[in-house]
Amino acid sequence: MPPAPADLEEAPHETARPLLELRGISKNFGGVHAVVDASVSIAPAAVHGLVGENGAGKSTLGKIVAGALEPDAGEIVLDGKPARFHNPREALAAGIALIAQEIALVPKGTVEENVLLGIEPQSSGLLHPREHRRRFNELNARTGFGLSPTARVETLRVAEQQKVEILRAIARDARLIVMDEPTAALTRDESERLVAVIRRLAASGTAVLFVSHYLDEVLSVCDTVTVMRNGRVVRTAPASHETQQSLVQAMVGREVTLEYPEKTSPPESAPVLEVEHLSREGVLEDVSLSLRAGEIVGIAGLVGSGRTELVRALIGVDRADGGEIRLDGKPVRLRGARQAERHGVVMLPEDRKRQGLVMSRPVRENLTLASLGDVSRSGFVSRRREAARTGELAGEFDIRARSLDAPVATLSGGNQQKALFAKWLARTPRVLLADEPTRGVDVGAKRQIHELIARLAREGMAVLLISSELEEVLGLAHRIVVMRRGRIVAEYSSDEATMDRVLAAAFATEAA
Amino acid sequence: MTEQALPERSRGRRLWLRLAEVELRDFGVAVAFIALFLALTFASSHFLTTGNLSNLLDQWGPLGLLTIGETICILAGVFDLSVGAMVSVTGVTATKVALSTSPTVGLVAAVAAGLGLGIANGVAIHLTRINSFIGTLAMSIIYGGLAILITGGNIVTVDNLRFGYIGQDGAFGITYVGWFFLGFTVLAIVLIARTTFGRYVYAVGGNAEAARLSGIRVDVIRTSCFAISGLAAGLAGMLLASRTQSAQADIGTGYELTAISAAVVGGTSIFGGDGAVWRGFVGIMLLAIIGNGFNLLNINTTYQQIVQGGLIFIAVAADQLLRRRV
Repeated sequence: MPPAPADLEEAPHETARPLLELRGISKNFGGVHAVVDASVSIAPAAVHGLVGENGAGKSTLGKIVAGALEPDAGEIVLDGKPARFHNPREALAAGIALIAQEIALVPKGTVEENVLLGIEPQSSGLLHPREHRRRFNELNARTGFGLSPTARVETLRVAEQQKVEILRAIARDARLIVMDEPTAALTRDESERLVAVIRRLAASGTAVLFVSHYLDEVLSVCDTVTVMRNGRVVRTAPASHETQQSLVQAMVGREVTLEYPEKTSPPESAPVLEVEHLSREGVLEDVSLSLRAGEIVGIAGLVGSGRTELVRALIGVDRADGGEIRLDGKPVRLRGARQAERHGVVMLPEDRKRQGLVMSRPVRENLTLASLGDVSRSGFVSRRREAARTGELAGEFDIRARSLDAPVATLSGGNQQKALFAKWLARTPRVLLADEPTRGVDVGAKRQIHELIARLAREGMAVLLISSELEEVLGLAHRIVVMRRGRIVAEYSSDEATMDRVLAAAFATEAA
Repeated sequence: MTEQALPERSRGRRLWLRLAEVELRDFGVAVAFIALFLALTFASSHFLTTGNLSNLLDQWGPLGLLTIGETICILAGVFDLSVGAMVSVTGVTATKVALSTSPTVGLVAAVAAGLGLGIANGVAIHLTRINSFIGTLAMSIIYGGLAILITGGNIVTVDNLRFGYIGQDGAFGITYVGWFFLGFTVLAIVLIARTTFGRYVYAVGGNAEAARLSGIRVDVIRTSCFAISGLAAGLAGMLLASRTQSAQADIGTGYELTAISAAVVGGTSIFGGDGAVWRGFVGIMLLAIIGNGFNLLNINTTYQQIVQGGLIFIAVAADQLLRRRV
């Protein structure tokens, strides 16, 4: 429940007319409701935090504010007047700048050039170097960034590049800067400095919408915090009234959960897959885990915590720097999908469009791509056998397509995902590494996929399940490991695991 | 080429319209080819004669071979800009080797050289990981220099009549050049449409990352495609040298552009993973009968260039338009 209204001393801007108001904003992607009826008001010259789990809709809302996405419904009110941004350019003209996760600068250009790109002082088309430098110095002094005007952007550290982006926003008279996970790529030290910069920005009159995973930073820098869950705004309250625990609780909520298939405990047996001390510079640090036949092990963690990197290093599509992998107790060295598949280990990649399927090719060809040898003889594909095989697979995995000869792109997200399963399970592997197996699919297909995963495990397959939906991990897995910044930081049995505990471990707050 | 006349990007298109689009996308170039073929049949009494058609196959055979090789490369998501230069190298190789050994060895050497150069393209690009467009451009400059080195800048002539047999004679009313073109086309169609290799070519061109994660050796597949393109260039070089019983360092110059044009006009997507070998065949034959039509109807051949350029624009624009909607 929302705490008492802000008291004036702590949030002096609350009572002033809001700089920007979002009223009843909704946004759908395909059938997915990313943001539902969200209303937030942002005060001038204040730092406003936006927090939520993966997929709660916070980034989407940030992009809507900055014009990078258009809402399907709802109203944006700027300075008391309705506004509508079709693109970031229009938002910028109205004084709203976006600093996205990916830096968007001209790498070969100098700091000065990047800051004033597109608004260079000029007279009849000729640049004015002296005026250019003067304006840059003025901005630099105003923020106290101390950037060198002539340094090439590509030679700067990420934190410095972010300062360039901020200067660029200020040079365009931005009154509100939307920052999407600005500290995700920064070291601890750099994050702290950025937080100081943000405070100074607010003090000098620029409002900041701070979208972040890192609750400690949010609490230290923000005046006000909005919590989102499943696309909805749960509450907006002064930061001084929140704690990390209260935020986590609001993010998790007390929701009625989807029904999950009944868990049957896996038989006691020696592990099929063992990973020991797996490391990869910068992304994985000393990761060890094991997987038994019939067991579903869930990996929870924030985006970027090293979950995907773990499975990729495991099958060798990314090279590990160190560590050992054992199958049935025997050490193996996997050097890619092909070899892993021969050992009975398959990976369902997280992004089916970019990594999983060849979208322009027929469903049929996609289904047999990883096991083409089974329906071929001396290098020739047997159309008859392929048709029979793909017909079976389509039936078994309930892939609904107008025709199996239609491009896989014409299928719904859920059916594409089922096709991806069918492709990889055609040869019944022993170990399945499923990375975000239900991303972007509708509720019906999601359920089918849950049942499929549970059934595979019952039939003896060992499953490693990565999902950003914590409910899914809790609902399906026998065991849950939590990753944070490339390490495994906690492990829970199915009985011990609760949303609060897992989230607390993922966010590294002191466990409740 | 009627694709581009098709509807704007409206969202609520009806099913039949979408189906019509799929059909047109699939067979637009074939329809255009047949229409032009029929039109020329009626417009000129000389068009539909065995002599004329056989002559077309003969004249366009070497380019046709290159187009088939290029189509396979483009399907796999790479470009081969070195085919023209490979024709030059293999052509002069044929004559030089024929002079120093025997005509037969010379002819075989040309084909072997083509295959070798193609493999060299693939390996070089695989090792350096540079973009195929630039990689094969650089290789083509190297090969061009190689051709000049071999000939010393002169025309190399082979007087032995046995050397000219394969490029000048024929059987069953079609020259051997025509037969090579047709035979290579048929083999390539079977290879790409029916074998596991063909499947992998489409997968690699359509989504290299997904192919790699499916356990397909992307580099091996692409190198093989370069090798096929090199083989085609070797055959073309051999046939051209044999036809005139001579070769010089620039016989293949510019052929790569015609080959790429024909592949694209045929409807193979420049983004890879979408198209077919028969499309390359239809594409080059479409260019062939356009040129033939201009001659037969006594139209200034300058217009021919303008029409061909326009066709390329239409083909690529249609591909992108249709692709954006998927």
